[in-house]
Amino acid sequence: MENHMSILNIENLSLSLGEKPILNNLSIDFWEGHVHAIVGPNGAGKSTLAFTIMGLGGYRHIDGDIRMDGQSIRELSVDQRARMGISLGWQEPARFEGLSVRSYLKASAAQNQNGSVDEALNMVGLEPADYLSRSVDKTLSGGERKRIELASLIVMQPRLVLLDEPDSGIDVEALERIFDAIKVLKERGSTIILITHSLAVLNQAEHAFLLCHGEVVDKGVTEKIRGYFENKCIPCAHKNEPDTGEMIQ
Amino acid sequence: MSSKTESNRETAKKLYEAMGMTDAALRDTDTAHLVINGNMVVGEHLVPGLEVEPTETQNGVRVTVRVLEGAVIKKPVHMCFGILPEEGLQEIEMNTIIQKNSSVSILAHCTFPNAVKVVHKMDASIEIQDGASYTYLERHVHGKKSGITVLPKARVTLGKHARFATDFELLSGRVGEINIDYETTCSDFSVLEMNAKINGTGDDRINIREIGHLQGEGARGVLTSRIAVRDRARAEVYNKLTASAPFARGHVDCKEIVQDEGVATAVPIVEVNHPKAHVTHEAAIGSVDDKQLETLMARGLSEDDAVELIIQGLLS
Repeated sequence: MENHMSILNIENLSLSLGEKPILNNLSIDFWEGHVHAIVGPNGAGKSTLAFTIMGLGGYRHIDGDIRMDGQSIRELSVDQRARMGISLGWQEPARFEGLSVRSYLKASAAQNQNGSVDEALNMVGLEPADYLSRSVDKTLSGGERKRIELASLIVMQPRLVLLDEPDSGIDVEALERIFDAIKVLKERGSTIILITHSLAVLNQAEHAFLLCHGEVVDKGVTEKIRGYFENKCIPCAHKNEPDTGEMIQ
Repeated sequence: MSSKTESNRETAKKLYEAMGMTDAALRDTDTAHLVINGNMVVGEHLVPGLEVEPTETQNGVRVTVRVLEGAVIKKPVHMCFGILPEEGLQEIEMNTIIQKNSSVSILAHCTFPNAVKVVHKMDASIEIQDGASYTYLERHVHGKKSGITVLPKARVTLGKHARFATDFELLSGRVGEINIDYETTCSDFSVLEMNAKINGTGDDRINIREIGHLQGEGARGVLTSRIAVRDRARAEVYNKLTASAPFARGHVDCKEIVQDEGVATAVPIVEVNHPKAHVTHEAAIGSVDDKQLETLMARGLSEDDAVELIIQGLLS
């Protein structure tokens, strides 16, 4: 039997935003070096889980614990977590007026002496000569910013990469580049957690967790969870089952 | 070479070094330049189509700059104004005439590296005639002390189809106190761009007053300000754009980042008094955007380094 080592343990994690509970006594182990997917309907808590692992403002007051390599990270700031090897790609990447792609990627490479800015851009299908001097702002399309953000993760090469809706705003051709980049990140040793609504993205994962109302209602190999996308959402304890009509088939 | 000429060259070289530059441009015969230290002209070189007449006054220099009709000055003209001693007053009166269908770019460097008690005043009258183009980049490099007051004032008129673009940058060293006062009047189908980027720290004081009047049909204007205030620095930006002719189009855009105990104020005023004119404005003042900050921190930058990078970008 294959022996898997955990890199990140979510232990009885609960989080409320205002009065509304979002994550409800959630426990998940993520195996090192694997590609995991978190799937579920809107409002299930998928992005919230990613933000909580990253420790973003507004997502810090948790019950339970989050452990990286067995060490609690719940009191650590975003940058401390990043220096431990956790990073996040947003569904809608930030825009930085005036900040060049070169400066952004170089700053991202500070934790990885082997990071090559040119190579990272090539890997997401962007020609360095065309992009390095451009600003990471509204002059770039959403898809271009998404690819540049992924390039920033490639040059950083974190141990654990959280990707929130990595296909959002990406055309079909570029999506293949994104998937290639995810494979390269994995080959280089990163553990990847994909937050997704998309069957195509789910298919990149080896394991998946189905979230509903802040709880894991199913988990297993991707093939098992894929049934969720085929309108076979498993019965769960909640009155309102996930609306599968919004899923990308 | 006379000892005075040698001394002037040495002074010009020191001014350029204070800007973090070499004086290579001063040796290029195809590049016009004018270098003024205090009230002395220490370097001057002209190219065809450009006339510069400097007159030394008690506390500065009175300069007439004229670009002759139809002349296109290919290489940017270098101007350098500065005061090397710790104390001094420099008053520059500049009368600029860009004649019809001519074109010139000015790179103006202003440096006061040792200022403890220095005042630099610029009073400019700029006439850009029909079809002419004038670009003026004014870059300031100040020292670590805040003992400087900078008072640039310009009154600009644009003829038909004329173009005026100005960038004011003060990103290196302490601002001290600065009061920018620019006002421009635009004729038919002329284009105005006024940009200011200033980085305030300590107890710096930044006051910007930029006004554009789009009086001609189809005139266009953009006023842009990018300011950062940290420590106890204060900034007040007053941008006004009026449009009083058909198809005049304008936009006012002010962004100010506030850190520590800094205080920023923005007063964007748009005034339209023709039904076919259109002017918009946007102003954003506040701390660094959380998402920008957390994105960079999620790449391992400390909060301070992330803020610095975001501000560098905004002011770049």
